[in-house]
Amino acid sequence: MTSSPASSNSPVRLRFEGIQKSFFGVPVLRSVSFPVRAGAITALVGENGAGKSTLMNLLGGNLTPDAGQILLEGQPHQPRTPAEAQRAGIAFVHQELNLFGNLSVAENLCLDGFPLQGSPDPSTSSGLGWINRPTLLLMAQNRLARVGLKLDPNTPLHRLSSGERQLVEIAKALGRHPRVLILDEPTTSLSAPECSRLFELMRELRSDGLALIFISHSLTDVLREADDLVILRDGAVVAMGPCQEFSSQQLIAHMVGRTLEQLFPPRDSGRSFRQDAPCLEVSNVTQPGIVRNISFSLRPGEIVGLAGLMGAGRSELARILFGLDPHASGEIRVSGEPARPGPRGRIRQRVGFLTEDRRGDGLCLEASIADNLTLVGLPQLARTAIGWLDPSRLRPMVQTIREAVRLTPTARDEQSVKTLSGGNQQKVVLAKWLLAQPKVLILDEPTRGIDVGAKYEIYQLIHQLADQGAGILVISSEIEELLGLCDRILVLAKGQIRAELPRAEFSQERILAAALPA
Amino acid sequence: MSSTPSRPAAPAWVIPLRSWAGSDFFVLVLSAVYFLILTPLAPGFASTGNALSLITSLLPLLLLAVGQTWVLVSGGIDLSVTATIALTSVLGGLAVNEISGWLGSGPLAIPAAIGLMLAAGAGVGLLNGLAVAQLRMPPFMVTLTSLMFFSGVAVWLTQSQPIGSLPPTFTAFGGRLGWALPVAALLTWVAHLGLSRTVLGRWLYAVGQNARTAEVSGVPVRAVTISAYVVSGLLAAVASLLLTGQAETASPVLGQRMLLDVIAATVIGGVSLYGGQGRILGVLFGVLFIRLIDNSLNLLGLNFTLILMTKGAVILLAAWLDGWRRQLTRTA
Repeated sequence: MTSSPASSNSPVRLRFEGIQKSFFGVPVLRSVSFPVRAGAITALVGENGAGKSTLMNLLGGNLTPDAGQILLEGQPHQPRTPAEAQRAGIAFVHQELNLFGNLSVAENLCLDGFPLQGSPDPSTSSGLGWINRPTLLLMAQNRLARVGLKLDPNTPLHRLSSGERQLVEIAKALGRHPRVLILDEPTTSLSAPECSRLFELMRELRSDGLALIFISHSLTDVLREADDLVILRDGAVVAMGPCQEFSSQQLIAHMVGRTLEQLFPPRDSGRSFRQDAPCLEVSNVTQPGIVRNISFSLRPGEIVGLAGLMGAGRSELARILFGLDPHASGEIRVSGEPARPGPRGRIRQRVGFLTEDRRGDGLCLEASIADNLTLVGLPQLARTAIGWLDPSRLRPMVQTIREAVRLTPTARDEQSVKTLSGGNQQKVVLAKWLLAQPKVLILDEPTRGIDVGAKYEIYQLIHQLADQGAGILVISSEIEELLGLCDRILVLAKGQIRAELPRAEFSQERILAAALPA
Repeated sequence: MSSTPSRPAAPAWVIPLRSWAGSDFFVLVLSAVYFLILTPLAPGFASTGNALSLITSLLPLLLLAVGQTWVLVSGGIDLSVTATIALTSVLGGLAVNEISGWLGSGPLAIPAAIGLMLAAGAGVGLLNGLAVAQLRMPPFMVTLTSLMFFSGVAVWLTQSQPIGSLPPTFTAFGGRLGWALPVAALLTWVAHLGLSRTVLGRWLYAVGQNARTAEVSGVPVRAVTISAYVVSGLLAAVASLLLTGQAETASPVLGQRMLLDVIAATVIGGVSLYGGQGRILGVLFGVLFIRLIDNSLNLLGLNFTLILMTKGAVILLAAWLDGWRRQLTRTA
């Protein structure tokens, strides 16, 4: 346990009582009640769509409940705007940081109330007037000291690491003297030492008497750091209580309503792929500062996982393998031949790459489903050398591939993909590659940000592809996902392969031990 | 939330309104309304003679707007087209004029001069495209500076004198509607098919919508980008051929005031300045609308400054209507 566990009788700071909320007749929160104690860390866990963000939006004044109430130190808390919630003492640290890279650390810290010349009280600032720079720097220094960040407040924010930014975001939230601090997935972009610094700070804030709400998908972090646990499923609290009373297995069972075995399609561990010629061979690939001496091979029908911490070089390696980024030395062979240059060359050799950033480089969000689906396969679908496209030939192909990935049948081909749910968007990206009939498919975080049902379907598709003879390389930050899905796991740390485990030897502990920096 | 909540159903009359407002024909209807309102006011607006002069003045703008559409769809912008017009006009004039033409007056002089103009137009487009795609410079800056540079070259080549005495066979391309109309119509049709029915066209939209996605998906992003600027340059050269023929002189200031008309026509025609959206059919109507305004205001006998002000106001109104209809269709 942690250094100073909060006593279980510390006062309740915040209480949700019978909160209900529906959108267009669909209930999202069904009578949610739980307390949040002062001087304690309350973890709120649940799958995507369980209702966590709706609950926090109610607390933060973005939404109002249909029924029930929130009590803040015994008084009803009914914020109509985020500003009202802020004044009542509710502070958010968001998953996507609300900071401005072009401004200095000091300016970011005081953005919601600059000290002005002549009127030292920032709460009266109207946006007009001269900024009092010495006071600004002093305020910033105080706020940085609170989170233990030793930085010149004049540093432009974009020079900071993501861990430092997270701390600046917290310093900014603390500047408003909150009574409740909500941390929404604060660790997703942090390195291991940055995480432990963050947790240390959370413990300090707890002993200062702050009520902390900690939202995280990392169950290990939740069980290690939190005092109280509230588990949401389908808009209802399914379990709550002191953290010590829960095991990781129980937690998962509560969250998903089924056991881990049911999360993944079955895959037996007796498979052997040694007799087949590899479809991807990587030997001694090195790019200074990124990856070093990477060697492995991938055989038809095999699913190989690439595990490692944030910053271990997994996505960077994937980009090198797909020809998007250069490598200084080493060799990549596809189906026995040297890899052709660039993504175009790789696609001709039937390599596919699903990137981790669906919106950034996986889809054309504004474009239609049909246009996104056909983007990779277009040259093969064209009839002549000038690239003439025949819509009557394209339509049945789009239809076939849509059915293959079980895309929601209610969406029309011409509909823009941004209107789809995350799971369906991901199916579009996958389908786009399937249309090109890949022999090697690199999947970077194939189930990021999609719900359990859609995840299961994606896993099934991955199995199906492998059974049809494609070699598949899966990158994932969720070790459970790799354990459930893969035939073999490679562990990457600091740009090098540190361990290789066949399915029979899979264990979370061994992967973590190899992934952590020595 | 497991499923996207459905919206309350719209009243029945909204649905046909939406489908109409969302179609390419919105601007055509706008033009028709404008035509009907102005017909009783402007003498000779509805005459055959005026229709012919309207079409004549519409064709060069159409070619420029079609080229601009390719570039805008790919996510760029081409401000250099008017300089391309001036440069190619001057080159053509210097090559074939009956007093001191470089190419003399042989039977191949005129085809060679046209080839020279097209090559120069494509060359300007190629330079623009290379700077944007290879050097990764912002299209606005690249084409703005090439606008300045090639305008300067055109003036320098002629010492700011217009070049007359052009052979009638040369000016016939632009001067006679029997030539100009089929040429412009054919090129517009080809550009439309290229954009809507070929792999290159799909790639242009993909690059304009998300160049990173396009690159990962195996689209040759640089070549596609360059091709858009080359097409724009080529079509500007053809537009120059028409304009030079209409004026019967080659001039380094030819088409100088057309740039904003080109941008206005494409945007009113439904092409997005942010890339990835727009169709040639809409642009055709956008060009028609712009030229209708010009033509009617001329017939009303307004002076030049008043025409400019009225035109600005009408285009602003059209842009506002366009924003309104986009909002209407977004809720569909």
